Amino acid sequence: MIKNFIIFIIVLVIGFIFFSIFLDFNGSEELKGLGKYYAENGAEEVGAANLVTAIVVTYRGLDTLGEVSILFLTASIIGFVLSLSSSNNEDRKVRQASEILKTTSKVLVPIIFVFGAYVFINGHLSPGGGFQGGAIIASGVLLLFLADPKRKINHKLIQWIEAASGISFLLLGIAGILLAGGFLDNSFLSLGKLGHIFSAGAVPIIYIAVGLKVGAELTSIITNYNEIQKEEE
Amino acid sequence: MDIFTIEHIALATGIILLLIGIWGMLTQKNIIKIIVSFTLFDTGIHVVMVAISYIKGKTAPIIGESVTKENAIDKIVDPVPHALVLTAIVIGLGVTALMLVYALNMYKHKKSLDITNFKELKW
Amino acid sequence: MIFLFISIFLGIFILLMGIIAVQHKNIKVAVIAAGTVSLFSSILYLLLAAPDVAMTEAAIGSGLSTIIFFYVLNKIRKTKTDD
Repeated sequence: MIKNFIIFIIVLVIGFIFFSIFLDFNGSEELKGLGKYYAENGAEEVGAANLVTAIVVTYRGLDTLGEVSILFLTASIIGFVLSLSSSNNEDRKVRQASEILKTTSKVLVPIIFVFGAYVFINGHLSPGGGFQGGAIIASGVLLLFLADPKRKINHKLIQWIEAASGISFLLLGIAGILLAGGFLDNSFLSLGKLGHIFSAGAVPIIYIAVGLKVGAELTSIITNYNEIQKEEE
Repeated sequence: MDIFTIEHIALATGIILLLIGIWGMLTQKNIIKIIVSFTLFDTGIHVVMVAISYIKGKTAPIIGESVTKENAIDKIVDPVPHALVLTAIVIGLGVTALMLVYALNMYKHKKSLDITNFKELKW
Repeated sequence: MIFLFISIFLGIFILLMGIIAVQHKNIKVAVIAAGTVSLFSSILYLLLAAPDVAMTEAAIGSGLSTIIFFYVLNKIRKTKTDD
């Protein structure tokens, strides 16, 4: 009883701190500070039509590098811990999926993969990018697993895709140091016309590498979770 | 009244959602419920961050036909918090997957999902 | 004006689903309620003029996160009925 009371007081104190932020919050009327600089010079310096892509890949490229390495660490820890506690999976019997799911997945899975690739190739022209495209590709692989739970996906292939795209992301950053202004600068390829698919220098290539890497990592997490299921009937 | 605009409503929703998440983390006994409350807390913080960056009457930060290069500065919302929230959502998923793996190992060890059975680290 | 009503409606829905996710006794209902919170907040991001964030939240929050919870619950259920 006293414990519930203390928890209630803690939540009220935290709520009071946030409530005082809420009370003197007026919506801004115009862009100020850093957003104003990116809005004025982002389209000319980077050449990408999507300003959020320009920020994530070039202006804040180091944050993207850190996030990709955290995801790599997470995927490898999950693979390691789950392999310690799994059983022999040649003798597992799993329940078959229903007929509707099997037939529908044959039609939908190629469309989902193509849509995911479209989202991360067009990341610099319309809303989208590497993270969204990678998540869509991982959802397509999940549909494959739901329709056929005994399907095996080659682990070595996923590891090779992940390693190759990680190394190419770093090589593109270092090519920015050698040929252009700094790390992850994108002007060593031509900037092109705004709104064209071959514009913004190296931003499409960097985002393709990031999209493949995020898709491969989320796929390996889903594959590890799927292989520990066993069901006896 | 001055308080019924979209960004105020979204800010209030985000703040109450994160308070619900904190309260759930502190009172629930089932490990899976604690992880669900962590997911709610994460979502609440992201809503607060996107709600602060809204500017009245402006549109998405993508240069197209109506937002050109010259008048972009007075037609778009602030794009910097969007880039930060994009990374944070993916990392939130990674942390949730890692917590679930540890919950599975704890269940294998003691065959129960109640957190009052795991008292070895309490002093 | 219509956006104001939609956002009030979404806000009340999100908070209701959040309370169900924390308080309900059945774990499966709680996990699905958390997925619904993610889905409605993705629509709220669209009203706040953030299409990139809305796409990411819809794909990751209400797709992959819910499925991972159900994989773990299935493994716990099958281990429990073995002994």
